[in-house]
Amino acid sequence: MTETNPGAASAKDNSGSTGSTRGEWPLYEVFVRGKRGLNHVHVGSLHAADDQMAVHHARDVYTRRNEGVSIWVVRASDITASSPDEKDPMFAPSGDKVYRHPTFYDIPSDVPHM
Amino acid sequence: MTTQVNDNRFDEAQLQEQFDATIEAKDRIEPRDWMPEAYRKTLIRQVAQHAHSEIIGMQPEGNWISRAPSLRRKAILLAKVQDEAGHGLYLYSAAETLGATRNELTEKLVAGKQKYSSIFNYPTLSYTDVGTIGWLVDGAAICNQVPLCRTSFGPYGRAMIRVCKEESFHQRQGYELLMTMMRGTETQREMVQESVNRFWWPALMMFGPPDDNSPNTEQSMAWGIKTHTNDELRQKFVDMSVPQAEALGVTFPDENLKWNEERGHYDFSTPNWDEFWAVVKGDGPCNAQRLAHRKRAWDEGAWVREAALAFAENQNAEAAETTPAADESTTAEEAAK
Repeated sequence: MTETNPGAASAKDNSGSTGSTRGEWPLYEVFVRGKRGLNHVHVGSLHAADDQMAVHHARDVYTRRNEGVSIWVVRASDITASSPDEKDPMFAPSGDKVYRHPTFYDIPSDVPHM
Repeated sequence: MTTQVNDNRFDEAQLQEQFDATIEAKDRIEPRDWMPEAYRKTLIRQVAQHAHSEIIGMQPEGNWISRAPSLRRKAILLAKVQDEAGHGLYLYSAAETLGATRNELTEKLVAGKQKYSSIFNYPTLSYTDVGTIGWLVDGAAICNQVPLCRTSFGPYGRAMIRVCKEESFHQRQGYELLMTMMRGTETQREMVQESVNRFWWPALMMFGPPDDNSPNTEQSMAWGIKTHTNDELRQKFVDMSVPQAEALGVTFPDENLKWNEERGHYDFSTPNWDEFWAVVKGDGPCNAQRLAHRKRAWDEGAWVREAALAFAENQNAEAAETTPAADESTTAEEAAK
């Protein structure tokens, strides 16, 4: 499994009008729900000629050992991602708001259920 | 949202059997599963009411943002009200997985066809109420929401998990605010007690009517939507709150509130259910004001929603004109410039 970057894949795939270089199947990102009640989680990617094939390939590539009960596939070129920089200033606004965390408040330890 | 791979091999009786088996196993129903129409309707009603409560719930506290006593309190209150908006959005998203649309739900709210929690029809008369709401109202909400993390409909449960993680800050900031006031002047202590007196009974009513007058409870529990009755949760909340009140140095306005050794719970008086039903039916102190405010925000925001769509259409049209010339070797970094 390769660690893919949807943002980079998106920019590249968008260069062709159908989202793929001629002769190359488009890239799909795969999301698997491990069991009922859990979110679908990104597990990796694969190439397929169309959506149906992507679902079948995802089953074969990512759920051979009962890893999932539901699969979503989405063309990598359809994903819009934030910048790949993990120190992105986009996330800075939440960095200095310590008061959003419950531990910011001193409550005596003998007050129950708090 | 997604393309169905399976064909319709099952008739309705088989589908009902599968649904029942999933509920029986305490497993979760997910959006693409078949579900009885009544289950879907009940959930849309409950999740929408919950979402509306978060959104309307921004008003009583939002009332005090501009008059916070310090920058610290103002930052905290802003963050809290912002969280309530976020909670509403998580819940509307969950309702949308059931086939409801966001616009339809909002229209029903502003038309008075869907309800929200009655607690938000009471006014906030002083900044002290911000503390009391955090402690008692959010405390009651936590009591109600923790079991809902295990509700039978997957998206609702997952929304509740996110909400519960964030509620802890809400309750603690409220209790801390009240503790600070209790260390202040005699007048400040009196303000805390007065505020607690006003919110205690409405907070108890948040759990809904008593079990013998709650027609939907039995079916909701059979479907695994609810896992505890209204009275069970109310008792749990009373038992949790009494020691917190003692630590804070306030009392609750109920002379029958006392520990019952035999039951292992606190006894307490019956809330005034006539008042509860009157508020539910629209006769609370602030019902008209809350709905009018929401409707005004919705109506006055219409041009913003339309303008954003028009802008997106223009952007797409422009992009369509310029794309054919794009170079295949373009990297993500270059594209970003």
